[in-house]
Amino acid sequence: MAKPKEISSLSYDKALEELESIVQQLEAEVGDLDAALALYERGQALSQHCSTLLEQAELRVQQLGSDGELTPLD
Amino acid sequence: MQQMDLFAPEPKAITVTELTRGLRRAIEAVDVFQNLWVQGEVSNFSRPQSGHWYFTLKDRDAALPCVMWRSTAELQAQVPKNGDQIEVHGGLSIYEAQGRYQLYVDEIRSAGEGSLYQKFIELKNRLEAEGLFARSRSLPAWPQRIGIVTSATGAALQDVLHTLERRYPLAEVVLAPTQVQGPSAAVLVAEALTMLDQFAQPELILLVRGGGSLEDLAAFNSEIVARAIVRTRAVVVSGVGHETDVTIADFAADLRAPTPTAAAELATPDLQELQARLAALHSRLQRQTPIAKINRALQQLDELSLRSGRALAQRTRWLRATLQGHTARLQALSPLAVLERGYAVVRAADGTLVRQASQVQPGATLDVRVQRGHLNVEVKETKDD
Repeated sequence: MAKPKEISSLSYDKALEELESIVQQLEAEVGDLDAALALYERGQALSQHCSTLLEQAELRVQQLGSDGELTPLD
Repeated sequence: MQQMDLFAPEPKAITVTELTRGLRRAIEAVDVFQNLWVQGEVSNFSRPQSGHWYFTLKDRDAALPCVMWRSTAELQAQVPKNGDQIEVHGGLSIYEAQGRYQLYVDEIRSAGEGSLYQKFIELKNRLEAEGLFARSRSLPAWPQRIGIVTSATGAALQDVLHTLERRYPLAEVVLAPTQVQGPSAAVLVAEALTMLDQFAQPELILLVRGGGSLEDLAAFNSEIVARAIVRTRAVVVSGVGHETDVTIADFAADLRAPTPTAAAELATPDLQELQARLAALHSRLQRQTPIAKINRALQQLDELSLRSGRALAQRTRWLRATLQGHTARLQALSPLAVLERGYAVVRAADGTLVRQASQVQPGATLDVRVQRGHLNVEVKETKDD
């Protein structure tokens, strides 16, 4: 596995993708206990991160101006 | 019924009904009379109790009686007025009781719509031949930034925003507001598409507009908009008008949705599905808690200890300590009372978990956490393997 990224910076889809891969690795029972523990811990954190993202998600709407600038739209 | 020969050499007298019915059958047998578009001016329009519409379509030199049955008339968006220039579609027949031929109308459109439609077909064929409608790239599974090209004041925008908010609030939305109707609409829509694509760089653009007449939708049937769509880097989903409206923009887009709301739905994953998928993964993860693994390892150790002599005793002791360290980590993750099972957590004075004998020096005091309470112990000796 590539060097793990800071979980809080992961987008929902990336976090979910990694969580999926971790669950699959755990289910395949490859690697030693240390590795499994590390995976499990990271999986827990990813799962928490995803559910926080879903709960806090709020559609952000911006408007494109004629100058190409983006401004928030209520 | 037998076919009558009107031009037989010596016709014998036939009844009025026979003649009229024969004429009616003759007219109804001609395919081209049964699928006519006729244009003219509405006069003598009447709508009696029955709900049927009766009117005469006329031009300078001729008049054509027309009927539209109630079942069809009820579905018409507009009621024609005397003086309107219209085009009607229907089949010709004879009303036998009055010996009058008339057109049974099933469709009405304003004059000029026919030529607009003709232009639409021509443009569609030309662009299609050029290969402009060949794009149908797949939608991004997780669009982070979604662009919308539509009027800032239209209902279509509200429909799309509500749908996105409900289904996929993870996205960021960028609106490129534009006129969608009027003489400059085509150029403005094309510009908005291009600007949005270049400046905001969304992965996906929803090109939407509410329903309207063929004239109202003209911008979406323009060549300039079709070409702008095909140039975008973003995947374009069109949702123009009502379900039955199909525009040139729909053909040029990667994906056509029947309405603005449907475009937003097609383009995004659904929040509830996302939650369900996450919940499923989470419970699969819970089943993989390494506690089970540790228990199996401990059991193996017990068996090994029984079978081996003192030589292995040290190693098994150390392994056991390591496993207990793991268990302590797990306890932080899982509310399962691991300690209930008789395991202990060993921590150094600074609170760090003791996972290896080399972590501590003889004489150090350790905190051993058991299910109920703590033991304060002193290390007599450490042994590394």
